[in-house]
Amino acid sequence: MPQIFKPAANNYARASLIAGALAPLLIGPAIAALSRSPANTKVQVPLNQPIPFSHQHHAWELGIDCRYCHTSVEKSSYAGLPPTETCMSCHSQIWTNSPLLEPIRQSYETGTPIKWNLVNKTPEFVYFNHSIHVDRGVNCNICHGPVQNMHITFKGNSFQMAWCLQCHRAPERYLYQDKDHPELTPRQQVFNLYWKYQAGDKLTLRESEILNGEWEGDDNTQDMKEGKDLLAKYGVKVQQLADCSVCHR
Amino acid sequence: MDNETKQGRLDLDAIRAKLTGKSGKQYWRSLEQVAETEEFQLWLEDEFPHRRSLLDIDRRSFLKFMGASLAFAGLAGCRSVFMDQEKVVPYVKMPEEMVVGKPLYYASAIPLLGYGVGVLVEQHEGRPTKIEGNPDHPESQGSTSAIIQASILQMYDPDRSQVAMQGTDISTWEEFKKVILGVLTKQKAAAGAGIRILTETVASPLIADQIGDFLKMFPAATWHSWDATGRDNARAGSQGAYGKVVNTTYDLSKADVIVSLDADFLLGMPGSLRYARDFADGRRLEATGGKMNRLYQFESFPTITGASSDHRWAMKASEIGGVAAMIAGGLGLVPTAGEVPDHIQKVVADLQAHQGSSLVIPGDHQPAAVHQLCHAINEKLGNNGKTVLHGPRVDFGPENQLESLTQLTDALNQHKVELLLIFGANPVYTAPADLKFADALGKAKLKVRHGQYFDETSDKCDWHLPQTHFLEEWGDIRAYDGTVSLIQPAIAPLFDSKSQSEMLGILLGVPLSSYDALKNAYKTKLPGKKWDIALNSGVVENTTPGPVAISVTGAAPQIPAPVSGLEVSFRECPNIVDGRYANSGWLQELPRPLTKITWDNAIHMSPSKAQELGLQSEDHAEVALSTGEKIDGGVWVMPGHPKDAITIHLGYGRTKGGTIAEGAGFDVYPLRKSASMLYTGGATVKSLGGSYGLATTQIHHEMDGKDIVRSGTLAELKGNPTLQPEDYEKAEISMYPDEVFDYDGPQWGMTIDLNTCIGCNACVTACQAENNISVVGKDQVKRARELHWIRMDRYYVGGLDEPTETVHQPVMCQHCEKAPCEPVCPVGATVHSHEGLNQMVYNRCVGTRYCSNNCPYKVRRFNYLNFSDNQSQFMDVTFDAPTKQIGDKKFTIPGKVTQGKPHGIQLLKMLNNPDVTVRGRGIMVKCTYCVQRINDSRIEAKKQGRDIKDGEIVTACEQACPTRAIVFGNVADKESRVSKLRADKRSYLLLENLNTRPRTSYLGRVRNPNPEIKA
Repeated sequence: MPQIFKPAANNYARASLIAGALAPLLIGPAIAALSRSPANTKVQVPLNQPIPFSHQHHAWELGIDCRYCHTSVEKSSYAGLPPTETCMSCHSQIWTNSPLLEPIRQSYETGTPIKWNLVNKTPEFVYFNHSIHVDRGVNCNICHGPVQNMHITFKGNSFQMAWCLQCHRAPERYLYQDKDHPELTPRQQVFNLYWKYQAGDKLTLRESEILNGEWEGDDNTQDMKEGKDLLAKYGVKVQQLADCSVCHR
Repeated sequence: MDNETKQGRLDLDAIRAKLTGKSGKQYWRSLEQVAETEEFQLWLEDEFPHRRSLLDIDRRSFLKFMGASLAFAGLAGCRSVFMDQEKVVPYVKMPEEMVVGKPLYYASAIPLLGYGVGVLVEQHEGRPTKIEGNPDHPESQGSTSAIIQASILQMYDPDRSQVAMQGTDISTWEEFKKVILGVLTKQKAAAGAGIRILTETVASPLIADQIGDFLKMFPAATWHSWDATGRDNARAGSQGAYGKVVNTTYDLSKADVIVSLDADFLLGMPGSLRYARDFADGRRLEATGGKMNRLYQFESFPTITGASSDHRWAMKASEIGGVAAMIAGGLGLVPTAGEVPDHIQKVVADLQAHQGSSLVIPGDHQPAAVHQLCHAINEKLGNNGKTVLHGPRVDFGPENQLESLTQLTDALNQHKVELLLIFGANPVYTAPADLKFADALGKAKLKVRHGQYFDETSDKCDWHLPQTHFLEEWGDIRAYDGTVSLIQPAIAPLFDSKSQSEMLGILLGVPLSSYDALKNAYKTKLPGKKWDIALNSGVVENTTPGPVAISVTGAAPQIPAPVSGLEVSFRECPNIVDGRYANSGWLQELPRPLTKITWDNAIHMSPSKAQELGLQSEDHAEVALSTGEKIDGGVWVMPGHPKDAITIHLGYGRTKGGTIAEGAGFDVYPLRKSASMLYTGGATVKSLGGSYGLATTQIHHEMDGKDIVRSGTLAELKGNPTLQPEDYEKAEISMYPDEVFDYDGPQWGMTIDLNTCIGCNACVTACQAENNISVVGKDQVKRARELHWIRMDRYYVGGLDEPTETVHQPVMCQHCEKAPCEPVCPVGATVHSHEGLNQMVYNRCVGTRYCSNNCPYKVRRFNYLNFSDNQSQFMDVTFDAPTKQIGDKKFTIPGKVTQGKPHGIQLLKMLNNPDVTVRGRGIMVKCTYCVQRINDSRIEAKKQGRDIKDGEIVTACEQACPTRAIVFGNVADKESRVSKLRADKRSYLLLENLNTRPRTSYLGRVRNPNPEIKA
């Protein structure tokens, strides 16, 4: 009876067994790494916009407060994207003939809103509230990265749940108090950091890391102890922060 | 029953035997439960009996069901690679007061059968998403009814008429204006002798003024009004008693003894919300110090008011007049004829013992003579000015609407009508059958209809103009007591529609917008700041007329003789009234009070009558009048229904008016004639063989256990303050630690007082509106797949034919501290929060349904199908929607849904509450204690650096409840209202012996029967 399988088939069988055993070990971490990489999370991947708005120019060079445009960041869950009118509040007098600003003028005249590309997004099943984070002293840059350095805005962090949880489970790693101004509320402290930066004051290591979007939480024992004291002082109920319904309702 | 139930015939005698001669109280929900049929056992053991096994499915369907859609949500990198880049679009000019993410509330008023109820409209980013009661309004006082909650769905109804129609052609308002102004100019010569206006009940001063101006322009024109279930009898009654029409309202807060003569005053009358609150306040034991008012109910159809009464007697509608005569005779107002039964003598004695604090309320379904007699009775008892208040008439227009419609029909038949303007009314569908209004209508030269739906009447008119919804218009309206509220829009008109005042403005040749017309009308009454204050508060001050002292002048009227033999009683459906809400999915799916039927009406009859006719529930039967008219429909056996009568609900069997309205139930109007608008005799009922399936929820989600309902009389309460049954079983000792979490924050809990719950279903609809709960349709309801997170269970106590008690119990997720659903979820989608909530995490749920299986309260609901997107009524597109381009606008023909699915769904998506997830297929859902409201209040409190105050968080059900039966709050705070109620002796937990430790507790129901009257 003729052989159906050539002798080489043995090698194929052996190779496929080994590949079958190795594949999950290779593909698994590969997918995990891929999903955490900027290719998927789009962290530090600049996203083109219909109008090349530069945060560095407006927020850093001109010193405009974040809240001038993102008006509802302390009031509601949504930080707020500025309406065309906000842009025109300056650009009806400055750079009135710039071709780069033509879409804004068009939008204001015709009443058609500008369709920006969404940079920072959590999934639809996450209900994120900006106002409480700002109120608790979470600086804008901690989550959004060095926005004041961005010529073209990119996503500051992965916004994957594990990343949110590392603060929610242990907020003492992120809470700090400006020793020079202990009278400030956490909310005031958030924006005071920007004033210090603008004035050219000396920043602590932690503060400059926050502004550069490199701060990933503190594991220093002394800082954590201070953080815990602050938790008690502000009445933060840490156990409840990791409840599912806080974000997923 | 569901589609596959094999219905055996029930032996009613056996059921009767089981219910009588029992020691101890037995609460039963349905005949099938008492009969312990095999079918019922299946429903008790399995939440979804007859479900298909995977083995039944063919290969192709198997693959279809198993192939899950790719979940792109976690793969953000796919965006702009092979998925569209998401956009975020801000405003061009943002409205100043709007904060995106936070709702705005506007005060307005909803017209309900002509009368206004003050509401607050919750608006998210320019679209209204929910309606709440206005705490400053005298009727609403912050609460709403099921119909008010469902009215927001009507605004987004894709079946609403969107364009002007000339016959079956799409037209425009401009075209209409040209035509109508031409006709009106011609009519001027004849002073408008050929013009007739037909409206519904009008209680709006602005509309009345505009109609008055129109009649001044055309003095020979006449104004007719028609409401199928209007208040003709009440008006005629006061006319007979006082020589003029007065507005009679009741102050139940001062009434200790109330006798209701077929009056469903807790649900179906103008002022019902107020009456419900005042009535409940008189029974709230912890507040009254143990005192209770007493309600005697004589009724011809079991209603929720009867369920809340202390004594209830069922009799034919035509016999209730006799009771009124006996009461009047007992008070010496009329000579007594014949023997007065003992219980009525006791009722009279009770009334006499409470002069000035008693109340006799006649129902709107009773003839004018009964109303007239009640005026005399109340005056004799000294109730005038105390529990009964008379004021000037609140509504405008003709006093007798039946006469008015008859006159109009005569004028039509005599070819006198050249221009007929119909505002809102639907007489082709609702007019008495003997008028043959549809034929008469054809004889008018030009017929114009202004309405929200292209319905039966529009179909026969020459012009149909779309009307705005109250959420889209400016206007004013008077409440049940005459208080004026301004109606302000929460959104610009979605379609090319105009309000009634704008339509009248066009006819008057003064085409003002409704805003300008309203502002003009209130120039002098509300100058300057007062206008803003009136809009903000929702109530125009100093418009409530004070009570007027009057005296009965007319002679005692003759009560019409009762119907001999079988009586057929016509009543408006509690949910869809006379048919105007027939296209509302929420109201159609809302289980009707007491019968729990959805999507249908039925021929209701007593068990003894059913036995006599050889019928049982869901049989197909025919009702035929001796004059030949007949209708057929499904039978429903109703415990407590008067023996020799049947009741059929109006408003069904519509032929036009939207996809949902058409085909739901059977049309009853062909039997209703002008001489017998309330009830008629000379009818026969016979079986047509076959069955007429009815989707009722009464045996769905049964709780298998004891001590579910606790009730008793005031006397029993003294001896047994907890109303514990004899077989009360305490929870066993648990091996789990006692404390759930060691947490020092608020612990949420809720109490529901069965004593004040009237079963009105406002909570069910409010929850549906707040939490984006989908409508599933009749077929799915039959399979117990209705998605209501809170359900209203109804229990009877006593015999089959005349149960002594009817108790309502709203049941939603109990948020058990030791929840059986939590440990069994394989993916951890339902976990316990530190604040005591049983959380439902939709994104983790994979749909094993183990949690629902384990829940002893059966409060979990599973989305078997994609109900939020797949509304099948919008998928039945039979042909391409014809469109017409006029100028720069594109219009589609309304009427039967011709819009493709996307259009209808996009409109309904605007209704969704953005704070609550919209669920797709395969997800388990349940009551969340309105976690979105809890989270919002927690965040606000934290931002302000304070604790959450008691009463700050109000769940949707709590907010809607007219009687304030539901109380939510922090059970860890001993001073909170909910803690105090939990500590009350009457407080008990459902299925306590299972040791689930629910956070929701109930207070036992107490009745206050007259000890002199034998049960």
